[in-house]
Amino acid sequence: MQKIDYDLLKTIADMDGVPSVGAFNIRKDGKALDRHSTENVQIIPKTDKPGIDIRVMPGVTGEEVHIPVILTQTGLNDKVYNDFYIGEGADVTIIAGCGIHNSGCETTQHDGIHRFFIDKNARVRYVEKHYGEGEGTGERILNPVTELYLGENAYCEMESVQIKGVSSTERVTKAKLEKGAKIQIFERLMTHEKQTARSDVEIVLDGEGSSAQIVSRSVARDESVQVFYPKAIGNAPCRAHVQCDSIIMDHAKISSIPAIEANDADAQVVHEAAIGRINNDQLLKLMTFGMSEEEAEEVIIEGFLK
Amino acid sequence: MLELQNLSFSVEDENKKQLGILDNINLTIPDGEFLVITGPNGGGKSTLARLIMGLESPTEGKIIFNGSDITNLPINERAKLGIGYAFQQPPRFKGMTVRRLLSLAHGSDLPDDECCSYLTAVGLCSKDYLNREVDTSLSGGEVKRIEIATLMARSLQLAIYDEPEAGIDLWSFTMLVESFKAMNRDNSRSTVIISHQERIMQLADRIVVIADGRIREQGAREEIFPKLMGEFSEGCHFRGKES
Repeated sequence: MQKIDYDLLKTIADMDGVPSVGAFNIRKDGKALDRHSTENVQIIPKTDKPGIDIRVMPGVTGEEVHIPVILTQTGLNDKVYNDFYIGEGADVTIIAGCGIHNSGCETTQHDGIHRFFIDKNARVRYVEKHYGEGEGTGERILNPVTELYLGENAYCEMESVQIKGVSSTERVTKAKLEKGAKIQIFERLMTHEKQTARSDVEIVLDGEGSSAQIVSRSVARDESVQVFYPKAIGNAPCRAHVQCDSIIMDHAKISSIPAIEANDADAQVVHEAAIGRINNDQLLKLMTFGMSEEEAEEVIIEGFLK
Repeated sequence: MLELQNLSFSVEDENKKQLGILDNINLTIPDGEFLVITGPNGGGKSTLARLIMGLESPTEGKIIFNGSDITNLPINERAKLGIGYAFQQPPRFKGMTVRRLLSLAHGSDLPDDECCSYLTAVGLCSKDYLNREVDTSLSGGEVKRIEIATLMARSLQLAIYDEPEAGIDLWSFTMLVESFKAMNRDNSRSTVIISHQERIMQLADRIVVIADGRIREQGAREEIFPKLMGEFSEGCHFRGKES
């Protein structure tokens, strides 16, 4: 690994090189760079297409699994299919993420198709950070697809963060929840320059007592464009809450097109959305601490996207 | 020392007519003074505080701080000179913890115990507050107290509090009065409090009454306070208007 690789890994997965404990799979420029399974977490390469199967044994708790992807070649289009099978009663943290360093003039793209099969009573925390950098003019594109199937009383917390430098992204997140299952999705997104981002989220609550919370916060700067399509469908007595908050700056454009659907009289589905500039009083308050307007803006955005 | 010389402020109404808010204010606040500004709502007290902090610009007059003309100085430059202002209606910040806000006010990361001491001074005892976000999950009174704590966390030469008592429960108010009392005793810095509360007025070295954009009267607490109390008991010609 080179310095660029180490820096990308640190940024997207908070890793200092290859982990000394736990299962991991590091993918670089379309190939496995290093892989390690443990007794409880098996990482097996797929034979029919690029990607891996990650199998977490039932009842395993407290393990972390790192599966970062880094791309440093210009012009590379990397598509990968990863399937996660989380055994009954397991409790694990999965840290994914993709970093692109594009120093050339051709487009570098990574499409991660992730499917999670979370068994009864299992708990998963899934963290995914996306980041782009590089002095080249080539685009940095990330189009993740995440499908989550939550069994009875399963729980999933998904945190997706797009830090900066991603020219274009089209995110698709889908979840289906059985009885008593619970999902929380926290999405943080920042776009700048002429970047575009689209995020489609669809949560289907099929089971009685299931619940979903989607919290999306975004900042659009410069000429960037963002579109959000959050959708929650309640097919049983359930609760869903969707909250989209965006800060718009400069000449950016943001659309938030929510959809909520209830097919059961006891389904409680709520949506809140707001798009607006940074509040002037917030800026003034921080300026009374001695910050310039620009410094105050940065502090507000940093807190908002934390 | 702060000197306000012939300070006036007006805004344009919908018919493009000038509407006077403050008219020819002359006021000197010496170092170490504890000054309470009182008077009816809409009289121009908050505007005066906002002019001193630089949140508004005067239409006429000068603001002199420690001998320098700061009339045209931006807000952050005035802050660096040691002027601070606690908002009457403080803004809320999504994602900003109380600890972070206090640290930003202080200018560097504050250790837990120091954060707690500022929070205790405003009647928020719990360490739990440090990691709470200053957003809509906090009540109006809590946000207001945190706002006051942000001024305490700074090293200021002139601290201006705009109706610090508003929205604060009685128990916390007692704590707040004690904190202002302590500040008054051990600090050479000037404190200006805009307030309607007698217990805060009783702490003042001097009381200034502002009504209809002008200084109606000013003087030592011993002189002004009994007069104001007399007005209240007689049906009060300025409070009476509000009710």
